[in-house]
Amino acid sequence: MKFAVIQFPGSNCDQDCVAAINSLEGLRAEYVWHKETSLDDFDAIVLPGGFAYGDYLRCGAIARFSPIMRAVVNDARAGKLVLGTCNGFQILCEAGLLPGALVRNRSLRFVCDMVTTRVEVDDSPFTHGCPKGTLLHLPVAHGEGCFFADAETLRELNAKRQVILRYSDSRGCAVPEANPNGSTENIAGICNREGNIFGLMPHPDRASDARLGSIDGARIFRSMMQTISANRAMTASDRVKQVA
Amino acid sequence: MKVKVVVMPKAAVLDPQGNAVRDAMRHLGMPEVRSVRIGKYMEIDLDGKNGELESRLHGLCRDLLSNPVIEDYELQKDESAKPKRNK
Repeated sequence: MKFAVIQFPGSNCDQDCVAAINSLEGLRAEYVWHKETSLDDFDAIVLPGGFAYGDYLRCGAIARFSPIMRAVVNDARAGKLVLGTCNGFQILCEAGLLPGALVRNRSLRFVCDMVTTRVEVDDSPFTHGCPKGTLLHLPVAHGEGCFFADAETLRELNAKRQVILRYSDSRGCAVPEANPNGSTENIAGICNREGNIFGLMPHPDRASDARLGSIDGARIFRSMMQTISANRAMTASDRVKQVA
Repeated sequence: MKVKVVVMPKAAVLDPQGNAVRDAMRHLGMPEVRSVRIGKYMEIDLDGKNGELESRLHGLCRDLLSNPVIEDYELQKDESAKPKRNK
């Protein structure tokens, strides 16, 4: 199973993502330069963290127009799994693939810390094997990670179960003190309505090796692998049914 | 044609930078300051000046120069760039 890790000029977590994915049995990651135009060979797409185009204008504002983004949008609309971490999340929002936007941290400070997030939706393609309420310990490192959405979008996100992760304390309560950036309703990660595009500010890629203090991030990559396998099995059985 | 584009955060979007500047102004002896909002100002120089160019420019204001989810923009034609006739 092959994952594409997109490299924009200014990405700096591309190697972390490739290393995290390659450390899992059955998964292989490859770099894809942002000037490429096709992602046909890949089962899933990862937009890594960093500072694409120096974060000029707004984080992700210029990267969303990179040539590869046309393929990302097309494949995402066709149902392929797309994961955006940190700057990748910002790019997905700028591209309109995810609702809302990420603005300056409320504290005005760059936060670099280990945070606790609570899984809100356990049957998403990205949180298989994580029952609702599971706490994932993941690092954050960003200056513009405060999630904003207007009241109607928020209502919709909650109603359609699109909020996948919330910042919480060690008991699993989404209290203000556990919120590193001032995100509305402690939102750390959301998906699109169809569920196949997931963006989060924390870095699962930096929490996939016990030596780094947490392996909770690997659960997200493993969940993606399980989803793709399950989808393949389903299409195969459909084909058998059609033949019979 | 010269244009100026002003991009401002929407009223509903928290502007911590503006709040910090507001607090600093109050601290420096101006308690009258009620609020400060910080946006972006761009000066753009273009070849040509027809209406079609302007409508394309509006398109890019929406797609690139501002993010309509969090910001409003205003496009001003730079009148001062025109040659002054009466002097």
